This record gives sequence, C-alpha cells and structure tokens, in this order.
Amino acid sequence: MLPSPSDVAEAFVKDRELMLDHACVTLEETFIGLFLGIAVGFIMAVVMDRFSFVRRMISPLIIVSQTIPTIAIAPLLVIWLGYEMLPKIILIILVVFFPITISLLEGFSSVDADTVNLMRSMGANRRQIFRYVKFPNSLGQFFSSLKISVSYAVVSAVVSEWIGGTVGLGCYMTRVRKSFSSDKMFAVIILISVISLVLIWLTSVLQRVCMPWEKINNNRSKQK
Amino acid sequence: MGVLEVKNVTFSYDGVTETIKNVNITLHTGEIVCLLGVSGGGKTTLFNVIAGLNKPQQGQVLLNGEDVTGRTGKISYMLQKDMLLPYRTVEDNVALPLIIKGEKKAEARKIAGQHFAEFGIEGTQKKYPAQLSGGMRQRAALLRTYLFSAQVALLDEPFSALDTITKGEMHRWYLNVMENIKLSTIFITHDVDEAILLSDRIYLLKGKPGTITDEIVISEPKPRRQSFNLTDEFLQYKREIISRIQK
Repeated sequence: MLPSPSDVAEAFVKDRELMLDHACVTLEETFIGLFLGIAVGFIMAVVMDRFSFVRRMISPLIIVSQTIPTIAIAPLLVIWLGYEMLPKIILIILVVFFPITISLLEGFSSVDADTVNLMRSMGANRRQIFRYVKFPNSLGQFFSSLKISVSYAVVSAVVSEWIGGTVGLGCYMTRVRKSFSSDKMFAVIILISVISLVLIWLTSVLQRVCMPWEKINNNRSKQK
Repeated sequence: MGVLEVKNVTFSYDGVTETIKNVNITLHTGEIVCLLGVSGGGKTTLFNVIAGLNKPQQGQVLLNGEDVTGRTGKISYMLQKDMLLPYRTVEDNVALPLIIKGEKKAEARKIAGQHFAEFGIEGTQKKYPAQLSGGMRQRAALLRTYLFSAQVALLDEPFSALDTITKGEMHRWYLNVMENIKLSTIFITHDVDEAILLSDRIYLLKGKPGTITDEIVISEPKPRRQSFNLTDEFLQYKREIISRIQK
C-alpha cells in the first residue's frame, strides 16, 4: 500500500518528536563511528604508506573485510557486544575506514616525485614531507571519500539499529513496519535521506573551508 | 678555492652504466656558471648529485671546503618546474625552506616578506600560485631557492617553460636581481643564447657517460647591456660554443 504524500507529511508532523529523539541517537552513533572510522582509516593509511611490507600484508585483508555484507556482520556484533551503542559504532567504523584508507593511500602515493625531491634537497625529513606535501596533496581524495563515508555511516547506523537495538531510527523503522504504518515508514525513510544529504552538504562546506585554493585552481582550469 | 667544488664525480644509477664520469666543476663566490649540453646528457643527474639527492660512486662535493657529498639541505635546488605547492599561499611557499630549517611560521613569513619587492613579486603574498603568471611563479620559486641558501643555488632550466617574450623579461630581471643578491649559481640550459647572456663561465657536458669537455669564459662585464645579444662578440661566442658542441 503506497501512502499519499500528504499522509507521509501528516505522519511526520504527528510523530516528529519521537522521530527526532530517535534521530538524535542515530546521529550520535553516526558521528562517533564516523570520527573513529576516519581516525582508524587515517592511521592505517599512514602506516601502510610508511611501511610497504605492512601495506602488502594488510591490503588483502582490508579488501576481504569489505566483501562481507554489513547485514551479515551486524547480527554477530549484536550477539558479541549486546544491544547498546558499541556494536553500532563498530559496524560504522568497519564501513567507514575502508574508503578513507584507500583514498588517503592514493593521495599519499600520487605525490609528484620532483616535489618530494625538492623537499629532500631542502633537508626536509620524512615527517616534514608528510606534513607539507603528502597530507595536503591527499585532501581532495580524502574529502571525496568522506562524502561516501558519511552516507555509508548513516545507513550503517540505521541497519545496525534495525537488526539489534532499542532506540534509533532503525529501531523506529522496525516498529512502524510491524504496525504496518507505511506512511510513517516513508516519513522516516525521507528523514534518513535528508540527514544523509545534509551531512554530505556539510562535508562539502568543510572541504571548501579547508581547501580554499581549490576554487581558485578550478576557476583557472576552466579559463584555460 | 671556489665556494663549491665538484671533484672527479662519477655516478651510475644501476652501479654498472655510468651516467656522468669524472666531472670537475668549480664555482666562485657570486659567479653564475652555466652547464650546457644536450638532453639526456646527465646534467640533471649531476645536479641531483650536487644537491645530495644521489650519492656518487666516486668523487666529492665540497661546499666552502666542507665535504657535503650525499648530504641534502646544504645547497639550494630549483627544479625545472617552479614546484610551488598549489595549496600554500605564495608567502607560505617562499617561507617553506625557512620553516623546514626550524624557523617559526610567523618569523619565516616576516623574513620572506622582506624580499618580495626585491624579487618583483610585491603584493602576491596572500595569493595562491594558480593566480600568478608563469614569470611571477618563477620569481617566487627563485626567491624560495634564495631563502633556502644564500650561498649556492642550482637552477635546472629555470626559464625553459616560459614563452619567448616572458623569457626575455625574466633574463633582464634575473641579471638585475643577481647583481644585488650575489648568489653563486650553476644553472642548466639547452639554450646557447641564454647561456652566453647570463653566465660568467660555461661548462659543456658531453658524451656518454657525460663529462665536462670544455670551459668557456664569457668576459663581457656585468651588468650586461640589453643589446649584448645583438653584438659581434655575442655571435663569436655562439659560433665557438656551437662548434665545440658539434666536435
């Protein structure tokens, strides 16, 4: 049964306080998981870039980890870690770290060899080359992957709540599904989409703030 | 004794085929010396050795008598492209060597800022490299090179990427600024005219492996006349150099 847009709007207005309470929990999980996922992805990328043997050892494992569906991991995490926030955050970390690690690694290794040579000729050490060349050079790729990670993080939070949780938008969805309230189901789906879109937009804003030169470079490229 | 001495340097990338062999170069204080040769002749390899990026199998690089062979951070090096980092403002690009040496960012900016007018890039401090013309970028890159070390600089084809008109302007500017800063420089070029116009001496690097075959002194006094490249003396130098290259 497909509800009309007015039914969906009405359901949202009626249930907005409850939905927003659940949304706050989902957002909390999303932000904690996203932050930790970025941290894990960053550390892994730095270590893999620094030590090529670590890169060779870990790369296959990372790729294999991404072939396992989240829907299969989530119940296991619930069994092992319970119904609280921890299994949800771990699931988000598992989903988020991968695009961050891969994009940062790409960014680090795509640095112009001549630029590195110039820095070396100035006497720059490995840490300085990372700070002044490799890291800023990878920011573009980092933000591209962050936009993907943000949407993955929201979806992962909802999935993990759906599978084993007492609160959050995923949990709310299971309740309205069981009561056959398709209007509320559509309302919450739209809310989740809006949250994802807002977070992606905020990432773009953050990118513009952190990379003010990009707009100038893009304008120059267009002029050429 | 020169400020920089390259003594009997031999280098090979694979340990078997030598790229340069028994190269000897002396650079005196305030002198501009040109390294002229064909592409693939080992000029950039020699610069990498002098800058300490590659360690030679044989020979020494002495800076004011101190052995700096295979040691980076001693001699300024400006590569073919300007290599300005697109994500740093011009002043932060220029101040980078000072920051690497351990200077605080504010102090490094202050020191760099004192030279912007001298290098003809006043007002570009807060701009990004993409907002500058090719000539301005080269000036900023040269200032960065100068700030790294006011003793010796290696310039690898510094003007090759510029159009003819800009190149002419840059030559005039370069000669003027060099008169003021007295930076001892070795620069690479393929352009015979540029070599005669800018340098005090020219080394020809020829053969495989590359060796220094000739040394030509350009005795035209400095500051050089703008019309020097239209004189008979200039053409004589040019004929002589070309005949030596073709030998």
